[in-house]
Parts: sequence; structure tokens; C-alpha cells
Amino acid sequence: MSRSGSRIAWAYAAMLAVGLAAPFLVYPVFAMNVLCLALFASAFNLLLGYTGLLSFGHAAFLGSAAYATGLALKRWGLPPEVGVAFGTLVATGLGFAIGSLAIRRSGIYFAMITLGFAQLIYFLVVQMVWTGGEDGLQGIPRGKAMGLIPLDQPLTMYYFVFAAFLAGFWVIHRTIHSPFGHVLRAIRENEPRALSLGYDVNRYKVLAFVLSAALSGLAGSLKAVVLQFASLSDVHWHRSGEVVLMTLLGGMGTVVGPSVGALVVVSLENYLSGVGSWVTVITGAVFVVCVLAFRRGIVGEGLALLKRFSTGVKR
Amino acid sequence: MQALFGQLLVGLINGSFYALLSLGLAIIFGLLNVVNFAHGALYMMGAFAAWMGLSYLGIGYWWALLLSPAAVGLVGVLLERLLLRRLYGLDHLYGLLLTFGLTLIAEGLFHHAYGNSGNSYPVPELLRGGVNLGFMYLPIYRAWVVVISTAVCLASWFVIEKTKLGAYLRAGTENQKLLQAFGVNVPLMFTLTYGFGVALAAFAGVMAAPVYQVTPLMGSSLIIVVFAVVVIGGMGSIAGSIVTGLGLGLVEGLTKYLYPEASSVVVFVVMAIVLLVRPAGLFGRER
Repeated sequence: MSRSGSRIAWAYAAMLAVGLAAPFLVYPVFAMNVLCLALFASAFNLLLGYTGLLSFGHAAFLGSAAYATGLALKRWGLPPEVGVAFGTLVATGLGFAIGSLAIRRSGIYFAMITLGFAQLIYFLVVQMVWTGGEDGLQGIPRGKAMGLIPLDQPLTMYYFVFAAFLAGFWVIHRTIHSPFGHVLRAIRENEPRALSLGYDVNRYKVLAFVLSAALSGLAGSLKAVVLQFASLSDVHWHRSGEVVLMTLLGGMGTVVGPSVGALVVVSLENYLSGVGSWVTVITGAVFVVCVLAFRRGIVGEGLALLKRFSTGVKR
Repeated sequence: MQALFGQLLVGLINGSFYALLSLGLAIIFGLLNVVNFAHGALYMMGAFAAWMGLSYLGIGYWWALLLSPAAVGLVGVLLERLLLRRLYGLDHLYGLLLTFGLTLIAEGLFHHAYGNSGNSYPVPELLRGGVNLGFMYLPIYRAWVVVISTAVCLASWFVIEKTKLGAYLRAGTENQKLLQAFGVNVPLMFTLTYGFGVALAAFAGVMAAPVYQVTPLMGSSLIIVVFAVVVIGGMGSIAGSIVTGLGLGLVEGLTKYLYPEASSVVVFVVMAIVLLVRPAGLFGRER
């Protein structure tokens, strides 16, 4: 236990160092985009990796929060931290509504239901006037955080996002290692058993869903502030699939896996942005390869290798 | 009045596509335990196969109605043999994810080759024109789509529920090991079932080609609605899928007449209501 504990501490220290140095190494907007999607994927992993619930509609939370933040900053002229809080709140409420309905069915139906509700949100966003329809909500001002910190500077913006990412990540870490997190894992492993032990399984599922939606919303709100727009692609089902891919590729059920997956997927998309529709084909191919041959993901495979190596040495 | 019946007819057409697709999904899920996300992409490929056959080879509608499902069914057989087969015994979320990846590949490839704009497919000569029924003008092709789709659905229902072949299929859904012990080639049955379900989707695609534009993305928006239809109906019964599909098509058509803004979301709203009132689905049994 202490071994794996110290390993996690090392992984966190490495992430912190990379995170602090990132804006000096790569293009800051790229780094911020990675952070937002890493938070999104980590929040999603809380549900898929630790509770065993596959949501195929998480774009609804990312996207609705992005639009809500855009509305708060652009139309209402609120300061950015209030706008981000508002976006997160909207996603939380939506998460409660969708979560309470979706958990009424389990297994594969759960995925279909969340996908359906996300599509409902997508159509609502398309039809509402203030969202700008096909054009999206553009020209969102960044403003000054707490009335002091000017976010139009790339570096201050980056560290603002990084701080929010760390806060979100900390919440996820605490959740996973709390008694609550252990109950979630019990539900993942054997739901009838968790139920017979007296846990109100449905309440735990809804709570996990709401938490995951809220953190996805935080990611979406930050993304809207960073990129200064909210677009239909944020609520589209492609986005919901992308977060599944990030989590699967990085390693579902591992703490840092989704962040690694987000880094790989965003880099890939950035690198391939010149080749148009081939991006979709390549994303699909990565999906197929992951499912067929690489189900533990990058971090999962790495851990398995490390484990085999260390037990081999002992013998 | 004209407008109402017109919309109801369009609703029935959509409903018959929902029925054909959810029927295939239910058969595949029942036996293979795979939620076939690629169903929409295969519907699209069915429509494209018909269009390509006409533009490049001069194959007409009637042959396309036969050849396109056969070709797409063959693609399905290959997919099952080469890829899906490796996932049996795993959590069924992997089947969903694999077929999701395949959907992205198929859509990306067709998008790369044919772009975003729609290709129109002419209505076959025999079915052009329409009849004035007094209360509405009935385009013959649209009536044909509803009648033939419903007939195919009913034929599938009959084969599954009333014939020996269907009995094997139902037995496989209940208990595969026992069926294999009786000497039935279950792996072959898996392959053929997937091929058949997929061919139904392609058949719907060919029927849809003259009504809608043939585009690479025509399947993905449909499949999400069909998933909602499946949630509403439940995958327990074949007849249930057909009735739910047609019924929801009608509801959609009615909404388009009464309150057009809500027509794209009405199915999802119905899904929410069903989840509140009858979580197992209208015809469902929890598995």
C-alpha cells in the first residue's frame, strides 16, 4: 500500500512539475486546452473507471457549461470566476436531472439514455437564439479574475486554468480515496452485493454522476474562457465519444490515465488538423485498436509492466 | 388538414425506418450481446451502395433493393468474423465502443470521398407520381416505403417467432451453451444473425435514398434516435420494437404539425417520460 502510495506521490509531483513548466515549453493555448480536456476526462473516469457507468453523453455537461459561461461573461458582463462558477452550476443541475433519470436503467441502456439526453441538449442549443446556432457563441471576453488578475495575458490565464485543474483533480483524488469512493468501486464490482450490504446504490450513483457532471462543467467553463468561444462541437456526440477515447487510451480506472489520454488525443488532433476528414478515420482506428488489443490503456499497461517487473526481481 | 396528413405520412416513413433499425439492433443484442452503434453507419452505407451502383454501374433501384443489403450484409459478416468475435465474453461496453470506432471510420471515409453535400437518388419510374385521396395527396413512393418496410418487419417477426430457424435464434438468446450441446453451430449463427441485422439496416438505407439526400452523416443522427426508441420500447420483444418504432414516427410527425420546433427532441422527451413512469420500457423485461 505504501509502495503504491509513494508511486502515486511521485506521479503527482511529476505532473505538477510538467504543469508548471508547460507554458514555457509549448504553446500556452494548446497546454490550456489539454488541461481542460484532461479535467473533463478525469471527471468522466470517475464515472466509467470507478463506478462502472458508461455515459455516452458527457458532452452535454462540457458544452452547456461552456455556453452558460459565455452567456454570463458576454451578455451579463460578470467577472470570469463568477462566470465559471455559473457554468459549473448549470452543468451540476443538468447532471442531477439527467443522472436521476438515467440510473433508472442499467448497463447498456444507461449509455443509450445519456446519449439521447445529450442529443436533446444539442438540439436545444442549436435552436436557442442566444447561442448563435451554427456559428456558436463567439467573442467571449476573458476579463479580470477577482478584479485583479488580467486573464488576457497568456501566462496568467494558464496558471488560472492550472490552479482550477489542480483543484478539480484534488476533488477527484479525494473522492476516489474516500469511503464514498470505495462504495463506488463496490458498486462497480458487484452491484447486487453492494445493495445487499445496505448501501443505497441509486443514491451513490446519482451522487457520482452529479460530481462527474459538475467537474465536466468546470472543464467546459474554463475552456470557454480560454478559447473565448463556445461552439456546437462542444455539445456534439463526437465530443462524448472523444472523452471515452481519452479515458480508454490513457487507462480507465487509473488516476492519471485520463490526463495522459487527453494529452495524446489533443496532440494527435492538433498534429492531424491539416488532413481534414482523416482525423475522424484515425480517431476511429485508434478506438478499434484500443478496444481490441489495448484495453488497459497506456497507464494501465505501464503499471502492469511495472508490477510484473518488480515481482520478477523479488523472485 | 393536408399538412397534418402529409406530416403523419413522413412520420410513418421515419417510423418504419426506426422499426427496421431497432428490430435489427434487438436481434443482434439478443444473441450477440453487442449494442451495434455501427447500425446507423451501415444504414448510410446501404444508401450509398444503392447510389454508387446507380451512378457507376447503372444498377437500378430494384436490383439495389436486393444487392445493397447483400453487400452490406457481407461487410457485416466480415466485421463479425474479424473483429466483434474477439470481444465475446467481455463486458458489453466494449462491443459498443468497437462499433462506435467503426462508425467513425466509415463516416470519415465516406466524408473524405463524397464530402458533406447530399447526393440525390431518383424515385424509380414505376413508383413516381401520386394519388389524390381527397383529404390528402399521397405520393406513391412514400406509401410504398411504409408498406414494404412494415411487411419486412412482419416477415422478420414471423420468421423469428414462428419458424424452426427463429426457434434456434430464440434458443440462442436464452442459453447458448445448451444450444451448442444440441449440435447447433452457434458461432455460425452469430455471424449470420449479425449479417441479417445489418442487412435490414442497409435495406432501410436503400428505401431512404429516394426520400432523403444520401449523405455520409445520414446514419449517425438516426442511430441516436433509434437508441432512444430502443430505450422506450425495450429490447425484450420483436413485435414491441416494430410497434414502438412506428408509433414514435407518428408522434414525431404529429409534433412536426403541432409544434415544429420540438419535432427533433420529442422522442427524447418521450424517453424521459417513459423512464419516469415505466423504467423497464413499454415492452421491456429487465435482463
